[in-house]
Amino acid sequence: MLVFLLRRLAQSVFVLIAMMVVVFFGVYMIGNPVDILISPDATPAEIEETMARFGFDQPVYIQFLKFVGNALQGDLGRSFVHGEPAVQLILSYMPATLELALLGLIFSIAIGVPLGVYAGYKADRWQGRAIMTGSIFGFSLPNFWVGMLLILIFAVELRWLPSTGRGETVEVLGLRLSIFSSNGLQYMILPALTLALYKASLVTRLARAGTQEALMQDYVKFARAKGISETRILFVHVLKNIMIPIITVLGLELGSMIAFAVVTETVFAWPGMGKLLIDSITTLDRPVIVAYLMLTVLIFIIINFAVDVIYTLLDPRVRVKGEAA
Amino acid sequence: MSVLDIRDLQTHFFTDDGVVKAVDGVSFSLDAGEVLGLVGESGSGKSVTGFSILRLVDPPGRVVGGEILFHGQDLAQLSNREMRSLRGNRIAMIFQDPMMTLNPVLRIETQMVEAVRAHERISHAAARDRAITTLAKVGIPSPAERLAAYPHQFSGGMRQRVAIAIALLNGPELIVADEPTTALDVTIQSQILAEVQELARETGTALIWITHDLAVVAGLADRISVMYAGRIVESGPTEQVLAAPQHPYTAGLLGSIPGHGRRGERLTQIPGMAPSMSRLPAGCAFAPRCDLASEMCRSTAPMVTETGAGQGYRCHHPNAAQKVAT
Repeated sequence: MLVFLLRRLAQSVFVLIAMMVVVFFGVYMIGNPVDILISPDATPAEIEETMARFGFDQPVYIQFLKFVGNALQGDLGRSFVHGEPAVQLILSYMPATLELALLGLIFSIAIGVPLGVYAGYKADRWQGRAIMTGSIFGFSLPNFWVGMLLILIFAVELRWLPSTGRGETVEVLGLRLSIFSSNGLQYMILPALTLALYKASLVTRLARAGTQEALMQDYVKFARAKGISETRILFVHVLKNIMIPIITVLGLELGSMIAFAVVTETVFAWPGMGKLLIDSITTLDRPVIVAYLMLTVLIFIIINFAVDVIYTLLDPRVRVKGEAA
Repeated sequence: MSVLDIRDLQTHFFTDDGVVKAVDGVSFSLDAGEVLGLVGESGSGKSVTGFSILRLVDPPGRVVGGEILFHGQDLAQLSNREMRSLRGNRIAMIFQDPMMTLNPVLRIETQMVEAVRAHERISHAAARDRAITTLAKVGIPSPAERLAAYPHQFSGGMRQRVAIAIALLNGPELIVADEPTTALDVTIQSQILAEVQELARETGTALIWITHDLAVVAGLADRISVMYAGRIVESGPTEQVLAAPQHPYTAGLLGSIPGHGRRGERLTQIPGMAPSMSRLPAGCAFAPRCDLASEMCRSTAPMVTETGAGQGYRCHHPNAAQKVAT
């Protein structure tokens, strides 16, 4: 078990280093940030002076080595625009994104699991086919379009829910969160639904496949022979057996939900990391972009670890093997 | 009145290759406390008969004819809800493979308590108490602690004991046991046989013991029914069937069991294989493998002939049958 963890750790370090190279040189090619940072009518001397202040006058490889050296100490540079350290800036935007992703995750489970289990149960009937056809929409409709459609229906036409912004926030453990205030929660519903739609269809398909397989097992037949109701068979006997693949996939998807909520956050003007990224790209705020991408990699690595741990909690058989090893 | 009375049961599977008559006109009846051994090769329809009783035949299979009377009530007439309230309550079933029948991710406690509470409005604690008592009855040591365990923490024999305990939980009047000892060691097998026999006798539970092993039911069953290709080819009281088999198939089965003080003698075997159920011969299904088969066997399927002593058989040449065995 320890060997496995160490090997995973080594892999992660390698991924981080590779990512540093790709990100740094990729962003370096985008353009010269100084053009945007100072006013167009600055004198050549002023430009020169600014370049020197940020270290842009030095050769690329020196800049890179400096970047790596600082990164190892947790310093990914200062935002050109905000003047704050980039990591700190991103972290201050992170709670908004995290709570949105979390609610999206809850929605996708709450929608996807029951639909999938039911579709698996009625696989050959029209109900099952209808759900499967519906899930294709979840896969194929683009996020921004779904977001705008939801705004149109629920915010503009029906006026049930607010369309953009974050609403009231409550301070919990030093973080400002919307999820704990009823007003803030209202603001979260539409963007979270938009985020959840794709995952929900993914979960639906996974749950359906798992259910179909589980229903053929002897333990389901035995449960029927015990006189257990179909509802309990589906949502206790079958569900607990199919949760393992679902948790795995959702764990990985949570990472992509946090990292790539960019479009959804932009559509709903949700002040999260994704919106920060877009703003930073338009202003060529290099350190923020780099820091964002590095943090994203870190999040994925951590989530992969967490999924492995959850595995052992869900499946008692894995647990025993782990103890024995 | 008999606990179970099956009349001309027909269970067919509607596959792409045509209709498979897995059970084709099976009849037998069972009194309280009686043990019936249902014997046959793989694919003879014995398990499907068992599942038909509980109405648990998986599609594309369907019971298409006949009656299954449980205390005189035709089970086919019951609604799904009524049928469910019978299952695990008044009619219980034990499956073949104890590795597969218990849900791997649920504790034994969950799986036992739900079986009680599906049929009775009692508290979790009361259901748990009954689970402990029943586990002790089937020979599980320290049952209270074992309740918290998962199925994989039990050996195969212990798992089958748990499954048997689950079947016994609600004091059923009929238990259908589908090859419950086939997957177990011989020593465990005989232990479980003895225990189930005792439990059934104690409580007056009628028992259908499905097996391919004539030796297993020889010591257990009051009556034996031998199935071949979806039909019962011979049935009767155990001693009679064993001592004087009328059907050449029964005789062949008996002849292929080692032992019986026939040291030095060659074991007989039944030539050929069980027929494909989708392409049965026109006459007697056993005719292609039978030494005694005549022109009549190949053209006309024999009807049931009753002897006076409660024995019955489907064969045109019953008297010659015993010669095959000896």
